Amino acid sequence: MTRIELTVNGEKQSDEVEPRLLLVHYLREVCGLRAANVGCDTTSCGACTVLLDGQSVKSCTVLAVQASGHHVVTAEGLSADGELHPVQAAFRQNHGLQCGFCTPGMVMASVGLLAENPHPTEEEVRVGLEGNLCRCTGYHNIVRAVLAAAEAQAEAPAGAPAEAEVTA
Amino acid sequence: MTTGGVYTEDVVDERLAGACHVFFVRSPLAHARITSIDVSGALEAPGVIAAFTGADLADLPAIPPSAAGLMNVEMQQRLLATDKVRYVGEPVAIVVTEDPYQGEDALELVAVDYEPLPAVLGFDPDDSSLLFEAAGTNVAGYWGDRSSLKDDLFDGCEVVVSHTIVNQRVAPAPMESRAAAAVWGDDGRLTAWIPNQGAQGTRDNLITRLGVQEGQVRVITPDVGGAFGAKFGADPEHVVIAWVARELGRPARWTETRYENLIAMTHGRAQQHTITIGGSRDGDVQAYRLEIVQDAGAYPKIGAVLPFLTILMTTGPYDIPSAEAIAKVVVTSTTPIGAYRGAGRPEATAALERAIDLFATEAGVDPAEVRRKNLLPAFTEPHRTKFGALYDTGDYVAGLDRALEAANYGELRTEQARRRASGDARQLGIGLASYVEITGMGDGEESPPTENATVEVHPDGTATILTGTSPHGQGHATAWAMLASEELGIPVEKITLQWGDTDLIPEGGGTGGSRSLQQGGAAVQQASKELIEIAKERAAAELEANPADLLFDKARSAFAVAGDPEAAVPLAKLAEDERLLIRTVFTQPGATFPFGTHIAVAEVDTETGKATLLRVVTVDDAGVVLNPLLAEGQRHGGIAQGAAQAFLEEVVYDPDGNPLTTSFADYPLLSATEVPSFELAESVTPTTYNPLGAKGIGEAGSIGATPAVQNAIVDAVSHLGVKHIDMPATSQRVWQALQQAAQPGSEQK
Amino acid sequence: MIPAPFEYIAADSAAHAVALLAEHGDDAKLLAGGHSLLPMMKLRLATPGVLIDIGGLSELAGVAADNGELVIGATTRHADLASSELVRAEAPLLAYAAAQVGDPQIRHRGTIGGSLSHADPAADLPMAIVALGGSVQIDGPGGSRLVSADDFFHGFFETAVQPDELLTAVRVPRRPGVPWGYQKFVRRSNDWAIVGVAAVADRIALANMGSTPLRATAAEAALARGASPAEAAELAAEGTSPGEDMHADREYRRHLARVLTRRALEHECG
Repeated sequence: MTRIELTVNGEKQSDEVEPRLLLVHYLREVCGLRAANVGCDTTSCGACTVLLDGQSVKSCTVLAVQASGHHVVTAEGLSADGELHPVQAAFRQNHGLQCGFCTPGMVMASVGLLAENPHPTEEEVRVGLEGNLCRCTGYHNIVRAVLAAAEAQAEAPAGAPAEAEVTA
Repeated sequence: MTTGGVYTEDVVDERLAGACHVFFVRSPLAHARITSIDVSGALEAPGVIAAFTGADLADLPAIPPSAAGLMNVEMQQRLLATDKVRYVGEPVAIVVTEDPYQGEDALELVAVDYEPLPAVLGFDPDDSSLLFEAAGTNVAGYWGDRSSLKDDLFDGCEVVVSHTIVNQRVAPAPMESRAAAAVWGDDGRLTAWIPNQGAQGTRDNLITRLGVQEGQVRVITPDVGGAFGAKFGADPEHVVIAWVARELGRPARWTETRYENLIAMTHGRAQQHTITIGGSRDGDVQAYRLEIVQDAGAYPKIGAVLPFLTILMTTGPYDIPSAEAIAKVVVTSTTPIGAYRGAGRPEATAALERAIDLFATEAGVDPAEVRRKNLLPAFTEPHRTKFGALYDTGDYVAGLDRALEAANYGELRTEQARRRASGDARQLGIGLASYVEITGMGDGEESPPTENATVEVHPDGTATILTGTSPHGQGHATAWAMLASEELGIPVEKITLQWGDTDLIPEGGGTGGSRSLQQGGAAVQQASKELIEIAKERAAAELEANPADLLFDKARSAFAVAGDPEAAVPLAKLAEDERLLIRTVFTQPGATFPFGTHIAVAEVDTETGKATLLRVVTVDDAGVVLNPLLAEGQRHGGIAQGAAQAFLEEVVYDPDGNPLTTSFADYPLLSATEVPSFELAESVTPTTYNPLGAKGIGEAGSIGATPAVQNAIVDAVSHLGVKHIDMPATSQRVWQALQQAAQPGSEQK
Repeated sequence: MIPAPFEYIAADSAAHAVALLAEHGDDAKLLAGGHSLLPMMKLRLATPGVLIDIGGLSELAGVAADNGELVIGATTRHADLASSELVRAEAPLLAYAAAQVGDPQIRHRGTIGGSLSHADPAADLPMAIVALGGSVQIDGPGGSRLVSADDFFHGFFETAVQPDELLTAVRVPRRPGVPWGYQKFVRRSNDWAIVGVAAVADRIALANMGSTPLRATAAEAALARGASPAEAAELAAEGTSPGEDMHADREYRRHLARVLTRRALEHECG
């Protein structure tokens, strides 16, 4: 067992874990944050996407031990004071989800995308989400949601998800 | 949005505390005898509680084939294979562990010995290797008889084209794979959490498979991460999980990996079509024959029955004077075929629309013109086809014209001509597909489709709806609330929908076959209206008035005496002394038939064969639209799945029956980069079969898009002599078709 | 799917990592971004008993100029390589190649050292390094050595790096303004290349035409003799040994190599 210390959604976590414990399972089973889903075996689908130090990553292909000393933000950590994050609000308004299984990962990937490219074209959104699979929506409304979120954020910049300093 | 849905793997419930975890040992061979299974190694592994084989489940009955009267009754499946395995992925044994991470470690320690047998593959498997010795054949059954085919069907046709094409095997691949959690109570009842498309059907399957009494099983439906037809009923694995929970006297859980999902969840399609179409040189279609071979996979399940639906829709939206269709169902050493978005009807449309294009090319008539010439004229009274389908309402030509207009068809043909003339390396293809599809089927005309709903108004002004449907992304919580709100005057936000718990809702048809709004929604509307009638009686008593003098004011959600608005009583108040609720069953006279036309525009790089989908323009007329956002979402999703079959997806087996597409790296679900935004045009031809005027929309998109995209890719290179490219029209297939067509004197097949 | 159990050690320096490799031998694997190794371990195609984590070593990350070369630390992430101003200016083919790897999430984690060590002949960075004529710095118990890209790839998933060695840096020539082309033929945007071609100056490298990235030497020679891109590209498949899979048979791969080489030589990216 290895001791890890990290912040998850702004809160300090300290746990003993098996080295092979995947970050996605650490978040779901140890932290009780079950929004991130496991949808595949081959780092293909992106349903497990979270932010690691502000960048989108597939948490099924990160070991929990690799996240020690870093900060993780999950879909549960996006909204503040009961207000939806602009990306979440845009997904809801634009019917950017149906069954919802891919949604937390899709939202996190979109947040990551907009952090790096605040004014994407439609094409850039589609390419920016190439790592996230959805079987229900055909992506049409997801793309609209991300473009709408980009516009909304341009008008009223959202604060970046809280990233507390971690003392190792 | 903030916490994600609660899917079966997410369920946290005190009844499941201390659950053990079940893992399946699956066959690595397509066809083999099992000579021995040794679980002793696994039993030594850390955390392993137990291991079981088929022998331990011997007193549970085998699963008979679907349509057992028509399909060979010997073709049965055991929950865990006992003497034979018949497809890679077939469950053979299980290990049960304390912790989910221990399961994969333990699986590696189960030793199974097999005696390999030759794989049984293809649409014409010979009988030298029999999947079921007792059956004596690899043919499971027939729909229709070859002797019914007329030799002279095409006599008098100036143009006749024949081709054998494949509607390839695909994987439903919902983002949430299968799962289950089960526990038996001290009262001897099973509670099972299973992602499904109809809890009542799942419950009934569990009762039959476990050999327990009615009333002993409760199924609860958590959030479901997509289904597409493949999560109906109970699979062998679900039954096994329930059995383990009973055997060990503790809760049991299971979640399959994506690998398991791609090889052991039922697959879709897998039909071969020999299509023959004939008509006059000016584009009038006179005769059509469809000969189907359905590969049912290793065990005849729903897949074996689907050809019945394919045959039902043989002539689609066209008026074809002479038509015939038959089907043969074979078993092969591959994953069994089940329902997949459209379930039998996309196959009919895909065959017919390819046939129409082949005929149009041969006759030298524009494909839109051929369609217009042959589509059934508009009708408002039900129209019976030769194959027995009773189409409710339709205006197919208007749908075609609307799509052509929205696509700017003339300009597309002009651009295509320009590129052809200049020999552009990147050619443009325009593909059409006109379709009609059957939704909301019952069990035949003697047994019309029904759905139930219960609506209750609470004293606090909220309302609850219980529905027999089973939404998994279709938005029923919103849509049913809208329907109830319209009648009750209660805001949508104050109306809660419940579904999927068989203790709460013992009867229901679930969600599939695009039935939910037309029947489930109609039931909600009907129940809401009936509730108002009941409430009116109470209001009359309360107001000491005559019911005939009362009006229901929706804006206030209150009854008032006509002409005296102050003399009013809120609806909610009428629930205070006695519960105010009603359960109703809506019966629809029959299935409804949405229709439309899809137009796909594809660009083919003739140097590499790669096709890029540029536009998809659709008309999907499913009658009156209740919620445009939800309806469009269904169309978008359907179009994407339909398009994906045309140019990307295929489940591939090697010559030994080993599946090659066992992960999302190999099985190519499309991402946002592979499709454009879609262009949806409006068309509303109401049905007369329900008060909503609504038909089903859920599968229509996938039915139209597949042939439209395939036709577009072929059309892009048809001027170079290519007549047909089987789906998926991968870049290699397109390139090979181009090479073949370029051979001097080639007669491209 | 989850990996078989293993022991985990976070190295505190490159030298420490080398010492750990010596100690654990064949049973140990290095972990940086983990996006070549962990997918294999999750499928149990790799089952190392020990993982040595070098992902946190800042001494192994970063891009710097060193006279006529760029020096890229082994644990530099693909996303950082793709967005590096220096690389985009001086070795733009490399930045472009890094931007093609997988998808954004993968690019946030995967490293150049990991990708080159993994040596998938269908991957972007191995092909790019060969096209650029770069070299790889390898540290071991005996010290540090430099291996040219042409000598680095030995076979499928096999490189010059020995079990007790650590790939520490990658060097590429600085060639600002030199035209280049890149072609990655895929089925879906985040797939590996069915066939890939990267061309810069007088070098043409191919992906997925053999067990390692290959130089299209016959085409290069034709160019040197003054052939046009189209003429030279006709020879692109010579000396290659493409495999067959469900995407492409050998004949189709050879054809793609020719078409894509012509396009790369015409400085197209796609």
